[in-house]
Amino acid sequence: MEQENNSRRDFLLTGLVAAGLVAGCTPNKDPFEAGAVEAKASGKKVKLLSVDGEVIEVDEAFLKPVPHMPPVSNTEARLGIPGKKFVMVIDLSRCKNLKKCQSACNHAHDLNPGENWIKVDPMQNADHTAPYWEPTTCMHCDEPPCVKVCPVDATFKRQDGIVLIDSDRCIGCRFCMAACPYSTRVFNWGEPEIPADVAAQPYSAETSIPQKKGTVGKCDFCADMTRMGMLPHCVSACPNGVYAFGDLNEDSVTNGAETFRFSDLIRDKAGYRLMEDLGTKPSVYYLPPVSRNFPFESGLENDKLQNK
Amino acid sequence: MENLLVNEKIADQEATDAMAIADEQIIADLLPQKFGKWGKIWTGFLLAICLLGMYAYYRQLRYGLIVTNMKDYVSWGIYISNFVFFVAISLVGSLITAVFRLANVHWSTPLTRIAEMIAVAAIIFASLIIIVDMGSPERFYNLFTHGRIQSPIIWDVIVITTYFFISILLLFYPLLPDIKILLRFKERSGNALHKFYNYIGSFWKGTPEQFKLSDKAINILCITIIPVAFTIHTVTSWLFATTYRPGWDSTNFGAYFIAGAFLVGSGSVVVAMYVFRKAYHLEKYITENHFEKLGRIVVLLALLYLYFNVNEFLTPAFKMKESESAYLNGLFSGNFSPVFWFAIIIGMILPILILVFKKGRKPLPMFIVGIMVVVGAWFKRYLIVTPTLLHPFLPMHDVPASYRHYFPSWEEWAITCGSLAGALLIITILARIFPIIPIQETITEQHETVK
Repeated sequence: MEQENNSRRDFLLTGLVAAGLVAGCTPNKDPFEAGAVEAKASGKKVKLLSVDGEVIEVDEAFLKPVPHMPPVSNTEARLGIPGKKFVMVIDLSRCKNLKKCQSACNHAHDLNPGENWIKVDPMQNADHTAPYWEPTTCMHCDEPPCVKVCPVDATFKRQDGIVLIDSDRCIGCRFCMAACPYSTRVFNWGEPEIPADVAAQPYSAETSIPQKKGTVGKCDFCADMTRMGMLPHCVSACPNGVYAFGDLNEDSVTNGAETFRFSDLIRDKAGYRLMEDLGTKPSVYYLPPVSRNFPFESGLENDKLQNK
Repeated sequence: MENLLVNEKIADQEATDAMAIADEQIIADLLPQKFGKWGKIWTGFLLAICLLGMYAYYRQLRYGLIVTNMKDYVSWGIYISNFVFFVAISLVGSLITAVFRLANVHWSTPLTRIAEMIAVAAIIFASLIIIVDMGSPERFYNLFTHGRIQSPIIWDVIVITTYFFISILLLFYPLLPDIKILLRFKERSGNALHKFYNYIGSFWKGTPEQFKLSDKAINILCITIIPVAFTIHTVTSWLFATTYRPGWDSTNFGAYFIAGAFLVGSGSVVVAMYVFRKAYHLEKYITENHFEKLGRIVVLLALLYLYFNVNEFLTPAFKMKESESAYLNGLFSGNFSPVFWFAIIIGMILPILILVFKKGRKPLPMFIVGIMVVVGAWFKRYLIVTPTLLHPFLPMHDVPASYRHYFPSWEEWAITCGSLAGALLIITILARIFPIIPIQETITEQHETVK
């Protein structure tokens, strides 16, 4: 019985390694394509941890660097990552309108100059209340009004909570823009001014690259980064730790430097969501601007650059 | 002015005499006429505007919607206003033809074809203008290959298509007996037109069975077109009312839109019947009595629309909710107030004041009121779309200054005017090809009256 199991594992391993080898020889070919080529054993063994959690020995010659993940297909991008429910927490007490989040986002998604997916708004709820800076992303609502109204299923809600856009399908009717109460969506009114090599790439809903003329764009929670287990660009770009990102199912969010238990954070700091009364059920939570790290005025200078 | 009145008195006299007009005379009066000098100038003028609109649309296809002045906040502009306007006007076909027919109203017979021509022209351009508004019109087919029934846009696609076909049929079936008459005048029609008549209507022999069948078909169409007409404009209003925005988030919208649609539609029929009456000397057939009766209907519809407007604006203004106050103040006393009060006063209140008086329901004042109603209605549609979009929930921030206001670019104006001219051109061409007033029905009805 033990014998049999071992031999099957060996067989599987050989197949995998052989596939990797093929990829090494012909880089243009799909590295995951089946097809076995014999590799000569060098005799030098390396100890590895198998997927079953057992220590195994493999000949060094079979070791090849793992190629990059192939770009996810449209179907996979539409399904999302099973078992995940992504959330973001924006701590308003830490924001001084540096807009590092914005520039990192614009750069990472090759946005058309002048277009912003992240906006940092100066807010004041009433005449005598204190002003504060409020960064807004797409809220990735659980009841997304934009998805409800899309006539062609170009914008969709995934199982991991992320709302994305298929720019290869969008007809540019802009009903989603009218439906979104957070005004988060932008439109590519003309041909986006992006490098030719970027524009020539096939569109991916997870990277939202390249933006296309006559279609809608918006914050995508950096679905490509989250697939790799990394933080969205706005989160890692913010030096003040305003943004925390994570998985609701794991009840944990992080801004890179600090990690919080999501439920504790929301409970202790009285977290809330924007326009709760509309019933859109956003995935973005806000922590109120109390005990602030910076005075509101410190952000005013930076604000003039884009708001004359 | 005095001369005009005298003329109209004579026309009135003639209308009474019309009872005795011989069948051949009716046919001679009502056969389609070749364009005169003014007809040619008019058609050329419309064509020129259409061509300009087509050039502007070519530019839009080439460079994208960037040639418009729509931006991320005002993401719908005068194209959508114009779309709502066209859908609204097209409703008149169902009112004049279907509602009146089912209610056994006979005086409206000479107006049915005008109403149906307007309906067909308007619904065609409603469909075209919505494609013009699309950012990626080359993907129009996605609506069919990937359509999702939960989106109000798909509802609109379905009902507008249905309404288009019913309207075409409602124009076509009552035409068949007239085409039989037209086929008798090959010399007059010319070869090409004669062939065309022959192609679309030669199967009509005018047998009693055919009349019976046609009557039945028209009745069925009249019954179906009423709910479909209500649906097209209700669904169009839902494109706005299914969103959360101030000014759109209203349960009043469906009824408000339909009331407005019947008003602008009847206004357009008034304008058209006045122009056709003058241009083709139809005083015997479109009499002062028609203006008088239609005038009463326009007053009723204007009052109804005013009522819905009071509903739409007074209750939110009474509360002045924070999210709506900037929008409402913008309409009542802010940037949009000139257009707002223009639409209310010129489009509703003045027409009511003029038309409640008998003198106001004479042809010329009716014509002026018709124009006021139609122009007021167009600007009303503008107000339905733009001010709401300029008052989003979150501040308009981190965007270029040009995003915070909206005035249409020349391309938008050219395309919009082109579409309006195109609709008028279709009406003009239909009036050139087909009798503006149903010949056979006029003859039949006269026989019945004489009996």
